[in-house]
Formats: sequence, C-alpha cells, structure tokens
Amino acid sequence: MTHQPMILRILHDRVAAAVLGILVLAAFLVPVLNLMVPETSPFHVPSYVVTLLGKYLTYALLALSVDLVWGYCGILSLGHGAFFALGGYAMGMYMMRQIGDRGVYGDPTLPDFMVFLDWKELPWYWYGFDNFGFAMLMVMLVPGVLAFVFGWFAFRSRVTGVYLSIITQAMTYALLLAFFRNDMGFGGNNGLTDFKDILGFDIQSDGMRATLFFLSAMAVVGGYLVCRFIVDSRLGRVIIAIRDSESRARFLGYRVEYYRLFVFTVSAVLAGIAGALYVPQVGIINPSEFAPANSIEIVIWVALGGRGTLVGPIIGALVVNYAKTYFTGALPEIWLFMLGGLFILTTLFLPKGIVGTESIVAAFEARRLQLAKWLRPYDYADKEAGQ
Amino acid sequence: MLRKFFTFSWVLPLAIILGLVTATSAPAHADEFSDAVQALNAKSKKQIGQAIDALVATGDERAVPVLEALLNGKLFYRKADKQVFFAEKSGKVYVLTDPVTGKEAGEATRKEAKKIGINNKLRGQLKGVLGAMTLMSPDSAKRMKAADEVFKANSPGMLPMLEKALKREDDADVRDRMTRARAAIVLEYGTDTQARIEAAKVLGDFTDPDVSALLSKVAANADDDAVKAMAQDMQVSVENRLATWAFVGNLFQGVSLGSVLLLAAVGLAITFGVMGVINMAHGEMVMLGAYTTFVVQEIFRNNFPGAFDWSLAVAVPMAFLVTGLVGIAIERGIIRWLYGRPLETLLATWGLSLILQQLIRSIFGPTNQEVGNPSWMSGAIETSTGLVLTYNRIWIIVFSLAVLVMLALIARKTMFGLQMRAVTQNRSMASSMGIRSGWVDALTFGLGSGIAGMAGVALSQIDNVSPNLGQTYIIDSFMVVVFGGVGNLWGTLVGAFSLGIVNKFLEPYAGAVLAKILVLVGIILFIQKRPRGLFALKGRAVES
Repeated sequence: MTHQPMILRILHDRVAAAVLGILVLAAFLVPVLNLMVPETSPFHVPSYVVTLLGKYLTYALLALSVDLVWGYCGILSLGHGAFFALGGYAMGMYMMRQIGDRGVYGDPTLPDFMVFLDWKELPWYWYGFDNFGFAMLMVMLVPGVLAFVFGWFAFRSRVTGVYLSIITQAMTYALLLAFFRNDMGFGGNNGLTDFKDILGFDIQSDGMRATLFFLSAMAVVGGYLVCRFIVDSRLGRVIIAIRDSESRARFLGYRVEYYRLFVFTVSAVLAGIAGALYVPQVGIINPSEFAPANSIEIVIWVALGGRGTLVGPIIGALVVNYAKTYFTGALPEIWLFMLGGLFILTTLFLPKGIVGTESIVAAFEARRLQLAKWLRPYDYADKEAGQ
Repeated sequence: MLRKFFTFSWVLPLAIILGLVTATSAPAHADEFSDAVQALNAKSKKQIGQAIDALVATGDERAVPVLEALLNGKLFYRKADKQVFFAEKSGKVYVLTDPVTGKEAGEATRKEAKKIGINNKLRGQLKGVLGAMTLMSPDSAKRMKAADEVFKANSPGMLPMLEKALKREDDADVRDRMTRARAAIVLEYGTDTQARIEAAKVLGDFTDPDVSALLSKVAANADDDAVKAMAQDMQVSVENRLATWAFVGNLFQGVSLGSVLLLAAVGLAITFGVMGVINMAHGEMVMLGAYTTFVVQEIFRNNFPGAFDWSLAVAVPMAFLVTGLVGIAIERGIIRWLYGRPLETLLATWGLSLILQQLIRSIFGPTNQEVGNPSWMSGAIETSTGLVLTYNRIWIIVFSLAVLVMLALIARKTMFGLQMRAVTQNRSMASSMGIRSGWVDALTFGLGSGIAGMAGVALSQIDNVSPNLGQTYIIDSFMVVVFGGVGNLWGTLVGAFSLGIVNKFLEPYAGAVLAKILVLVGIILFIQKRPRGLFALKGRAVES
C-alpha cells in the first residue's frame, strides 16, 4: 500500500474518500449557495448555518489532531483544548490589534480592556500581532512550542498512560486559571471579543463568513492529508509500533521519546490552526475554552467516530456537535445525559467507533453498492452475472 | 487639625476628673443629671459631644441607659417643651419615658417627638464612653469587652476612669486588657517621657496587630525622640511575634486544606492504586455524599429538630452506604468490562460524572443547598493575636485523620484488607489462591466511593453544596494521588498535606490563583523527576 501514490490510497479507503469528497464539495458549494442563490430560493443556505458549519469543521480539525496522538501514538491528551485555545488567542490578539482606534475608548494601540485596567503601554508579548503574517506564525508557533516543551519533559522521563493524561489535564487547568487573571494581559474573564475585521474585511460580512467556512473545510482536508502522510510513512509505522508495544520499539533501537514528541507537536499545531479558524467564526475567545471538560469532550468525538482512522474523528466531531446544537436548543435537560451516555456506551459497546466497527462499515458499503447499482445498473449486472 | 484635637482633649479629662470628684464626694443631684440629659438636645454635633462628656462627668449610673439609647437612636425630644425622653415605638405612636425618673411620660406622635441625631464621630465617642462606663460592671466578660472598646477608641478622656477601674480589678485577664488600653492612651497622649517609654514597653509584650499599628503610628509621629525609638523597638518585637503567629496561622490553613485534599483524594488513591482504575466520577461521589448530608439534615429539621446536632453522626454512615452502593453498582455495571483499558475507563467514568451531575441538578435544582453546621462545629477559637481557628476546620482535620486510620486498619487488620492487598500485588496469583478478585474489586471500589461520600459530608460543612461540588476537587485530588504515588496511603497523606501547606504559604506572596498555578506547574515538573510519585510502588506491579 505504501508504494501507491497517496491519492490512490485514499481512494481505496471508501469511507475516507466519501468524507473528503463531501468536504471538498461542500467547501465550494456552501459558499455558492449562500452568496449567489437568492434568499427566497429553497436552496439558499443562510449565513448563520454557514458559520455554524464552519465552527463544526474547526472542531473536526481539532478532533483530527487528537486522533493523531491518541489513535496512532497512544497518548491520550486531555489538554488539547489548551492548544486550540492558544491558537485562538493568537488569532484573537491579531483581531484585537486590527480594531485600532475604533474601540469604545478609541485608543489607537491599546485594546479596550487594557485602557479599562489603566495600562499605559502594550505588554511586550502583544508586539507584532498587528502584522497578519506574524500572527499566523504565532498561531502555529505558540501551541507548537508549548507542546514541544511539555512533551520534551514528559516523554523524556517516560510519563505515559493515565499519568500523562492527568498532567495534560493539569496543564490546561493551570492555563485556565492563568488566563482568568487580569494581570496576564489577555482580557481576563471576558477574554478577547468585539472583533471588527481581518485584513480589512469585515468579519460580520457574508463574504468573510463564506471565506472562513471555505478555509475551515480546506483546513480539515489539508489536515487529513498531513496526518495521512505522517501515519503512512515509515515514521508512521514506528509510531504505531510504539503505540502497540513501547518497550519493544525501544529495544529495537528507536528513540521513542523523539517520535512521540514529533507527533505531539504536529498535533498541537493542527489544534492551534483549528482554534485560529474557530475564533473569527464565533467572535470571541475567553478562558473557558481551556476548561478541562472541553478537552475531554474532544476525546469522545474521536472515540465515537473511531480512533486511529483519521476520518472517524471528523465524522464524530460533526455528529456530536450537531447533536449538541440540536439538543441544547430543544431539550437542554437531556443533553448532558446524552453526552454522558455517549461516553459510556461508546467505550462499552463501540470501542472502535463508528468507522472502526466492521458491521457499520459493511452496512455503509452495502448502501454504497446499492446506490452505485441504481446509478449504473449495467456495470454491476455484468459483475453479478460473472459471479 | 491635630492641634485642635489636642486642645480639645485637654478639656475632657478635666471635666471628667471634676465630675468624678463631685460624683464621689456627694451623691449625684437629680438636677445636675437632668440638666446634663437635657443638654443632649443641642443644636450642633459638637455641643452634643460636649454634653455626652458632661453626662459622663456626672458619674450617675442612670447615664448608661441614656447613652445607649442615644447610640441606638431611641432618644427623642418633645417638640413642645424640648424635653428629652426615651422613646419606644408602639404602633403609630411613641411611648415616652423620662430618663431622670424612669416613669412613663405619655405618648407622642411622630410629629410631636423628634429623634436626636448623631453622626459617626459621636457614635465612636459614645461607644468608647460606654465602654469606659461598663469598666466597673460586675460581669467580668463585660469588663473585658469594655476594656477592648476603650483600647480601640483610644481617647485620653477615658484615662481617669480606666485608672480607677484598674485599681479595683482582680481578674488577671481583664487587668491585662485594661493595662493595654491604659498604656495605649499614655503612649499616644501622655506628656511624661518616662511614663510613655514605660507604656511602650508594656505594649511591647502584647501580640496584637492593633498594638503594632499603634506603635508604628507613634514611632512615626511622636515628638519625643526617646519615645519614638522605644516605640520603634517595641513595634519590631511585636511584629516579629506576629510573624510567628502568622506562620502558625498559615500552617493551620495549610493543614486544613491538606486534610480536605486528603479526604477527597484518599478514596481515589484506593481505586487508582489497587485497581488501576481512573475514576473521573470520584468527585461526583463526594457530591453525592454532600447531598446525602443535605437530605439527612432535612429529615432531622422536619422530624427531630431537637436532635439536629446529631444529624452529622447519622449522615456519615448514611453517606458511606449510599455512595458505597453506588460505587459497587458502577463497578459491576461499567468498570468491570473495561479492566486493562485505563484510558477507556477514564472516559466512561467521565460520562458517568456528567450523568450524575445532571441527575442531581434535575432532582435538587442547580442552586446551592443549605447545609447547616451543628452547634459543636460552629464558632471559632479566637486569640488576640489575630489567629482564628474555626471549629469546623479543626473537626475536619480530626475527621480526615480518623478516616485515614480507619482505612489503614481495614487494609492491615481485616481479611478483606488482606485480599485487597493480595489482588493489588498479583491479581492472577491471588485468584488462583481462591480469592474472588471480582468481588474484591467491587468491594474495593465500593470502599473508595464510600470514603468519597464521607468526604462529601465533611466538605458540605465548609463548601457550597451544588451539583458542581465534585468538579472543584477532582483535579486537585488527582494531583495529590499522582504526587504522593499510587497504591500507598502514606503517599496520599504526605502528598495532601504538603500540597495544602505549600499552597497556603505561597498564597500571601503570590495570591490564591497564582499559588495554585505554581503548585500545578510544580507537580508537572515533579512528575518529570519521579514519574511514579513520591512513594512509588516497586516491583512487577509497576510495569502493568
């Protein structure tokens, strides 16, 4: 399989091909249906739906990043929400600086909350965020560096399993507490909000929303390709070997900690990008994104979709978040029961997730065949006759 | 301003001394007293202040209720003849009582009588004066309170009264307080250098933040260099002793936090240590325990209000039973299918915690429930050094240690404990010896959960009982277990107390939030050094 070009490998994987196909199609179709089809038409997609779908897609990218470390490397990170939030904060800082003197207090450099706290000048770590390129670099660099440093310490001293899960949770909890502090210079409790524009384009405009949706969909596809490239490479094989038997991989001469560190850092960067796409679509970033509960919720998207499949987490994130939006609106009392039940039932009865469970995939395949027969009856008539 | 005050303050002692002289030489004349009372109805606040002093100067016992009434806003004057009365509201009218004769003097409507208004300055003066007047009270507790009032008011006008009270005082404690009040007045307002230095020395023996403040004020403002130097010296020595007491206070706070952490974490240490199970629903077991306490107390309130003090004695075993049974149900229903897959257990129990939270929220509502302290747990040991030891904190420390001892006894001295340890060390060998490891697991999980429930009873006494109660403790308890090392009660004990104490000692310097962050970062770094915690298990069990 490894010898084939990646595009063929993906096409062989029916589920992945279908999901990626839908994503690419949606990336073009949804903006068109939103912007070009008149509002009276039944095919018109309202702007709020575009933003909502865009938000789900950033979650899908986040789930993908967790799957890379959990599904392939066996590291259950309960702190990926922190990387997501850090990417989001970097993006938020750029957009805060873009507000300029249009804030409530009209200060040309200081964001409103700093004027409110009576700060006289910009803290050093806010420098450069008025530059889009620098901010984008930081979106990847800040989560990446944190993951690198954290992973360096953790993997070098062979902290694994539940211990690693617990200290990643402690990390995001510590960051949660830290970002709640006003002295940190990130807006404290309220976080960063009241964004106006990106690169001069109004973030409230339909065009900007459609663009962000397009970018999110493409980011998920791109993220999938990157992860697929990694796990299919020789390096990916070593990573899977480490997941399955750490000691054996070590005794074979592989430096386990370096492989882990690499995957963990890449995953954190992906999560950071997801956060950066998330913030302009929801219009706010505040410390609650660091909450440990959020990070655990990501894991259930991955578990439900099927860990170690890359495409499963995308499905899981979309399904769970759609259900969340629907039920928190319709039956808010029920939602936590459902989410909790999902955790229990998935781990008990669907340990491989939707995509990993063969009967589900087989059912999917049967449906697909049915559809294909219906579309191209002559092709299949020959085949069935041959059998 | 200051000078004005000084000149004014000279009038006071003179007036009082004169008053005392007349008061002691001859029984108070009704006329003199009633004149002084009438003078309270003055135009300016300053005049009222002088009238209060004059009234004190009469030395008449009847002055106390008059001054109290003035302080409490119950002293009125009749508009018709400007005469001053006690007024007690009764329906729409005021019942007037003559303060001089103590006889009722008819009624007055709201229009006919008017309250004598006072301001904060007068209120302070009244409190001090009343304090001084109760210095002679036959009740020693009242005298002590009065001495403290006088010390706080620190007004030179009270000095003669104080001296007199000091002479006839025979209770050592009260004498102490009075000496302090006297020294404070002498130090701040006295003129004799020697006396003031003596006063500073006397004050130097007290360990009290107020004394320290007074000494530093004198050290900064006194016009006499010798006094200044002595006050400075004494202030340093008082400060030093206060620092020691603050240290003790921090230690107590730290131990108290540590005992809370210990209670929350010890159940987790059992399930994690013995079974390798990460129970994310552990916090919810604590929460269930707290709600059990609430329900038990409700039953007591409605049915046996007299025995309310005993409600906790019932709540502790009840909570243990309820959460223990829930724990066994969880183990048999969910966890037993997930052995050998710790990460999945973590997720499933997290799901369970969400369900339990929502369940409690649906049943009891999202708001805090009121759980009462029994009388033997409310109140505090207060010392003059600013150190306050609340009884509920003390009881929780005792309770946590008792739970730990009980657990150690179960583990060491009972058959179940023996089986539990055997399963911890080598599961397959234990089963082949005939131990039903499945039942040991279930009971162990039940024991861990039951202890979490008892922790909930304790936490309900110091924290808000809400569906989120468990969430606030879960990360901290994990930190304790990871820090202390798995499968070791000593590790949990040391871990809990050291985290609690470190946290409380960092707080004054870094603030509560930053202290917590520092502790978390410290633990993350510590795990790098000792991945298995402070007291790690050795041997084959480690690898699994």
